[in-house]
Amino acid sequence: MEELNQDIPRNSTANSEIENPKSEVLVVPTMAQMMAEGKTPEILFWVGCAGSFDERAQKITRSICKILHHVGMSYAVLGTEESCTGDPAKRAGNEFLFQMQAMANIEVLNAYDVKKIVTGCPHCFNTIKNEYPQLGGSYEVIHHTQLIQQLIDEGKLKTQDDESFKGKRITYHDACYLGRGNNVYEAPRSALEVLDAELIEMKRCKSNGLCCGAGGAQMFKEPEKGKREVSDERIDDVIETKANIVASACPFCMTMLRDGVKHHEKEQEIQVLDIAEITAKANGL
Amino acid sequence: MIAQIIFLIILAAAVFLFSKNAGKIRRNILLGKALNRSDHPGERWKIMAKVALGQSKMIKRPLAAVMHIFIYVGFVIINLEVLEIMIDGLFGSHRIFSKPLGSLYGLLIGSFEVLALLVLVSCITFLARRNIAKLKRFSGVEMTTWPKSDANYILFIEILLMTAFLTMNAADYKLQALHFGHYIKAGDFPISSMLAPLLPSSGESLEMIERSCWWFHIVGILAFLNYLPYSKHFHIIMAFPNVYYSKLTPKGKFTNMESVTNEVKAMLDPSFTPPEATEPGRFGAKDVTDLTWKNLMDAYTCTECGRCTSVCPANITGKLLSPRKIMMDTRDRITEVGNNIDKHGKDYNDNKTLLDNYISREELWACTTCNACAEACPVNIDPVNIIMEMRRYIVMEESQAPASLNNMFGNVENNGAPWKYSSADRFNWVDQQ
Repeated sequence: MEELNQDIPRNSTANSEIENPKSEVLVVPTMAQMMAEGKTPEILFWVGCAGSFDERAQKITRSICKILHHVGMSYAVLGTEESCTGDPAKRAGNEFLFQMQAMANIEVLNAYDVKKIVTGCPHCFNTIKNEYPQLGGSYEVIHHTQLIQQLIDEGKLKTQDDESFKGKRITYHDACYLGRGNNVYEAPRSALEVLDAELIEMKRCKSNGLCCGAGGAQMFKEPEKGKREVSDERIDDVIETKANIVASACPFCMTMLRDGVKHHEKEQEIQVLDIAEITAKANGL
Repeated sequence: MIAQIIFLIILAAAVFLFSKNAGKIRRNILLGKALNRSDHPGERWKIMAKVALGQSKMIKRPLAAVMHIFIYVGFVIINLEVLEIMIDGLFGSHRIFSKPLGSLYGLLIGSFEVLALLVLVSCITFLARRNIAKLKRFSGVEMTTWPKSDANYILFIEILLMTAFLTMNAADYKLQALHFGHYIKAGDFPISSMLAPLLPSSGESLEMIERSCWWFHIVGILAFLNYLPYSKHFHIIMAFPNVYYSKLTPKGKFTNMESVTNEVKAMLDPSFTPPEATEPGRFGAKDVTDLTWKNLMDAYTCTECGRCTSVCPANITGKLLSPRKIMMDTRDRITEVGNNIDKHGKDYNDNKTLLDNYISREELWACTTCNACAEACPVNIDPVNIIMEMRRYIVMEESQAPASLNNMFGNVENNGAPWKYSSADRFNWVDQQ
């Protein structure tokens, strides 16, 4: 984490990891607009702080929007009305701040009578799904990989893609708050299974998956003294699989994995892509 | 008759002493804060059957799992034999089950012998793994002299007990062949019969050996029972209640503090009247008595196997944090608090706390809350919960979070994001393609 700066997210510089073949202007409706038009979207897309501000994660956000648009699902975002779920504050021990954030968010969500939420981040997913109900916010919450799996199952997204990732070796890095935290292991993998690519598991995967090092608010502080970064340790596992692509489902894992790849000087050999980006590309979005 | 009286005295003393020490541990666990884990009894019995009785989480390390199963099954089954020994000891009988059980008795004794041999082999292998192969999992900062000796003592005692059991049977087998005294023909001895040639042939010497081993075996078991409360081996008892009271909600779900909810509600809505405060208490945990009884039960259940620490990302990358140490420190401290109560009374303050005197802040801040430790634990211990409670104390009572985290808190509070970006810019991503 040599470039760590807790004030601004670590940005990618002119990143071309994911091409955008159809760079049409993205039209993303907000809940406020929808409400003004008297409409209720089927699902709220909870973008999250990383997805909103981190330049690399914004690409994931846009991929999710493209997918939602492509399948014709009626959705909206909160836009500037969205605020941090409070996850990093809670994991760092600041329960006050967490509950302040939670209650303010619940007020907004309840005011829009939100029923179903898809999140772009496992941390937001876990927090809203598990920790909001007791504070008055009960919604059906899914992570974007679960939505993708569902859309594939329904045939709304390609159930087979033979082109975009042909000949690639892909490994999936389990996000702790999806996997161990909430037992979501299959949804992200099912999104990869439609590709004509070789899928290979790391030696530490699923419930044995190794953390990227960002959770528990580690993302926002210097790591304690040690022999090495957790992300470097994790990229050892990736390198062992000889994968060209490591797929992730969390913007924080994304940052950490990219740091690790960079530290191993493997930027030319290993791409880090989110499941949403891979799915968007496979569907020509 | 004298033998029976001596046996009764030893047995009564052993049971009394064990109950006293087990009672102290129970008292210590109940020094923890209240927590309701009596919900979903059906689900709890199921998870106990699967994880504790069925040892389902052990299989992640197959070699250790198989050998552990031998020792576990051996322990459970041989208890039937111990029951017979107790009755024989109290009533001066010999192999009292042999008549009523008939041919089944032979089969039972035969299977005990096979298990005893498997236990012997497993214990020797475990000793070798610890002391010759020196597996990394069994070392670490927290694995000081006592925890290492404790592990060796347990294995060594089990080897002695099994050896005594087999030698006793071997002597009995020979005595039966000699039609010596009261040694009736009873039992099959597939393993110990092979030891028989090593024993003397005179009936008197054999009887000496048989009786000495009998006494050594049963007195050894009673002594071992009384060693348990001082040892990590207490897990053979605690594993069952501890798994029964497991956290049933997703691992990612952390508790919401009700005391905080009331304060936040009062802040947001001046008309809100909080319910009567039950316990004033402090936010989070500074000492063991701020933890819940389940945290303390976890600590007494830990058998220091180190599966948690071996999968901890912080520990793997050389940080100070070791989930096993968190559990061992918690147990050592609650034991100390309990001893203080016994010696100096309820309100004694030794000016020590779990935080700083046992667990350092550096350890606590290294946790990524990834839950690998909780997932790895074969008896569903949850070290993350203790770490979180201690972070809560540091942040909410002391305001001593690392500076970078305080910046993050400030950003969340002011901008609604952990970074220094204006909330007005939150939707800018839509235009940046």
